[in-house]
Amino acid sequence: MEENAFYVALSLLVNLDASLYQIVVLSLQVSLLAVLIAAALGFPLGAAVALWQFPGRGGVIVALNALMGLPPVVAGLGVYLLLSRAGPLGELGLLFTPSAMVIAQVILVLPILAALSRQKVEELLGEYREQFVSLGMSRACMMPTLLWDARFALLTVLLAGFGRASAEVGAVMMVGGNIDGVTRVMTTAIVLETSKGALPLALGLGIVLLTLVMVINATAYILSETAKRRMG
Amino acid sequence: MTSLNVPINDPIELSAPPSLQFESVEFNPFGHQLFGPCSFKLDGPGPTLVMGPNGAGKSLMLRLAHGLLTPTEGAVTWSGDGAPRQAMVFQTPVLLRRSALANLTHALAVNNIPRRLRTDLAREALARFGLSASADTPARVLSGGEKQRLALARAWALSPAVLFLDEPTSALDPAAIKEVETAVQEFHERGTRIVMTTHDLHQARRLAGDVLFLAGGKVQEHTPSNVFFDTPVSRQAQAFMSGELVA
Repeated sequence: MEENAFYVALSLLVNLDASLYQIVVLSLQVSLLAVLIAAALGFPLGAAVALWQFPGRGGVIVALNALMGLPPVVAGLGVYLLLSRAGPLGELGLLFTPSAMVIAQVILVLPILAALSRQKVEELLGEYREQFVSLGMSRACMMPTLLWDARFALLTVLLAGFGRASAEVGAVMMVGGNIDGVTRVMTTAIVLETSKGALPLALGLGIVLLTLVMVINATAYILSETAKRRMG
Repeated sequence: MTSLNVPINDPIELSAPPSLQFESVEFNPFGHQLFGPCSFKLDGPGPTLVMGPNGAGKSLMLRLAHGLLTPTEGAVTWSGDGAPRQAMVFQTPVLLRRSALANLTHALAVNNIPRRLRTDLAREALARFGLSASADTPARVLSGGEKQRLALARAWALSPAVLFLDEPTSALDPAAIKEVETAVQEFHERGTRIVMTTHDLHQARRLAGDVLFLAGGKVQEHTPSNVFFDTPVSRQAQAFMSGELVA
């Protein structure tokens, strides 16, 4: 049975099975969009915390670091309460749509991107600060320079965020509902298919997910090595 | 020449470099007296070489003059209206993780030079310091001497009226040191006020118009270079010089 399931899984993959393909594409769409939104918000936020001194800065840093470990089901619950019919954003009718899943993943990924980019930018600022002040740069002017010069480190951070988004199951299950053809992604499908005993599809998805994680990590490694060699 | 149309490259050769005055300047963060109280005026033709033993406050003096640090007491003032355009070259050149050319265009961009002029100005400065061939090389893989020349080229492109150099040659080999010294002379001839720290007596002899000698965070002596090297007035300078000669 087990071995059988494995071969069936492989044949599903090789033949680009329609339902499997759809699930993989939706997973990528949701997680990529979530990571892009989180990056657009999180990188400037991280850089701002690194650059500006303000009351409560220490608290913000601790909060960002702590939220890196936010349990997905808690994020899911929060978004669920916000978007449910009775919730403050219920009017939008977003619950059980891919949009809701994107929102939940943004909340999960944002602290990771903000906290890690804060660290990277702060390191770089330590090196650059005197030169920047000498050039007469304002803090607002330093931010884009620092973000660009930290680009390779930030790409690794981005991939870490994508890994978190694509691998999590609790939040998307709660706010997406795992609806076939609408909000079913790889992780929720694996949970469902396994509990139904439909191991081939679950295994096939598992293989895709694992491969994806491997590719992400390999990319991160190659990028950081290339950057080190080329840029010094 | 594009540079003629650019306000930043206005010929400053004709006017005298702006003079710098320290008025009872002190720097004592958290109650630790690190510098001063000091009063002096740099209004000669220069270059001014700042000398003194380790911990004398040479780097602090440069940073206070350049505005990287704010004096706790007293004031740093310039002749003319407000602070003149200044640049600083550090002991370890701070270069961005970009090409040599992009390092210069970035500095020009943050100084509000119009985009269309930046590349020409940057290439001109790279050529002047013999870095044309390295324009597209990532700045941080350049050799130590090339990095320091790139830092000088960046300063050159900004046409500062005042240039501070903090031991710019301490980590370089003799050939690279010579190149840096030539560059400093070029800045001087362009009419830039040079204020430079060094440990190297020979270098100071080669470059100095006047010497500011510091010890213990205070100015011990500020004299023309021929006076300083032949007959130093202060006891500390005498000891410093003889110590160097004995070694």
